Amino acid sequence: MTATGPAVPRLHPKARLQHDGVRGRDVLLYPEGLVALNPTGAEIVALCDGVRSVADVVTTLERRYGSKGVEHDVTAFLDGLAAKGLVTYGS
Amino acid sequence: MDPKPLWLLAELTYKCPLQCPYCSNPLDFAGPRFRRELSTAEWCRVFREAKALGVLQLGLSGGEPTLRADLEDLIREARGLGLYTSLITSAYRLTKERLAALRAAGLDHVQISIQGADAELSDAVAGTTSYRDKIAAYQYTRELGFPLTVNVVLHRRNLHQVEALIRLAESLGAERIELANTQFYGWALHNRDALMPTKDQLDDAWRVVQRERARLGTALEIVWVLPDYHEQYPKPCMGGWARAYMTVTPAGEVWPCHAAGRITTLTFDNVRDHPLDWIWEHSDAFTRFRGDAWMPEPCRSCPRKTHDFGGCRCQAFLVAGDAGLTDPVCSLSPHRHLIDAAVAAVESAAGVVEWTYRAAPASRALAPFRDGTGLAAKG
Repeated sequence: MTATGPAVPRLHPKARLQHDGVRGRDVLLYPEGLVALNPTGAEIVALCDGVRSVADVVTTLERRYGSKGVEHDVTAFLDGLAAKGLVTYGS
Repeated sequence: MDPKPLWLLAELTYKCPLQCPYCSNPLDFAGPRFRRELSTAEWCRVFREAKALGVLQLGLSGGEPTLRADLEDLIREARGLGLYTSLITSAYRLTKERLAALRAAGLDHVQISIQGADAELSDAVAGTTSYRDKIAAYQYTRELGFPLTVNVVLHRRNLHQVEALIRLAESLGAERIELANTQFYGWALHNRDALMPTKDQLDDAWRVVQRERARLGTALEIVWVLPDYHEQYPKPCMGGWARAYMTVTPAGEVWPCHAAGRITTLTFDNVRDHPLDWIWEHSDAFTRFRGDAWMPEPCRSCPRKTHDFGGCRCQAFLVAGDAGLTDPVCSLSPHRHLIDAAVAAVESAAGVVEWTYRAAPASRALAPFRDGTGLAAKG
């Protein structure tokens, strides 16, 4: 599955967002692994609250930064996590 | 940048009701070296020091970690620090109530071993009637909402069940199944002739894994740990010596991997004597083979050295007699013939070779073998 506007991205229960103070970054932890996140990635993950749709996440980020055209980056990022089974899409 | 550890394996106790003949614990697990287990407060300090050092993933293992009555307290501390906690258990007599208590304490992930796809084989390999407890615990684990990994060690007597094991994990709703071909250390090395698979067995199992991966996609992650004796090049053991990983043994010794304690030419320090960051940065065991300055030929000039880090130091010690040599699994190693001979012996052997179960009396009897000379003495 891939991210579409109305789909609601949800962090899989096995994954946990965690700050890594030693390396100064956020990471997504899951069984036997981790994904290091850049600040934008961490923001996107934090917005995946099971309520906001992909379109809502995009709108929130665009408002926050006063920029347009982040949709492609957001969907690509979420699809990458979905391919690892760390994000699921619902409605 | 100096490497910082990401992973800590906490071996909480070497007591275990199961007796698997490939156990990765030291042959002398029942001896005085491991007897005085760390207290709750000592483990909590280790976890705090580990987090401050950079650790993010914590494995709670053993032996059987659920034998520690303070497991809930340890998990609460670890989770409070933000560590991702995995319990690695046999699930022997593990109740739903205990699992619920571990969940409430903050446990993130459960890994339950199984020794075969049916009760008869699983119990025979474990040496303890435990299959029914495991199946029940898998179900409790899912009911409680834990992500679940099914752990299997593969060897000559269960490789034919790979498909049934994958189907079992699928039917249990597991996230992952780890199919780990036996790595020959500890008890597995002692029982190598009984456990070593044939090439045909491995080829058949690998075909099944590829087919099942295609069928299952992300529904079930199938991890296949390579049988390194049958490979041309060594595994990048632990992602390189002392680069990302540390093991703390039940009595507080700190090792760069869970087999390293058998290397008698290294000095191991203890969390009772030194803080973890000192051990990581300064102890003999962690600094001896970090980086590549220690490497002999053929590793030193080999382009693969940044990929496999010279392979496994324990294997070099146990098979070639010197931890500072190239992993003898490497086809470029002058000691590769020792690996080839072990593989060839299995191909020509007929019938079943008996194994020694992992148990305290056998451990005490085998203690003289613990320094690695046992292999040579066995011929």
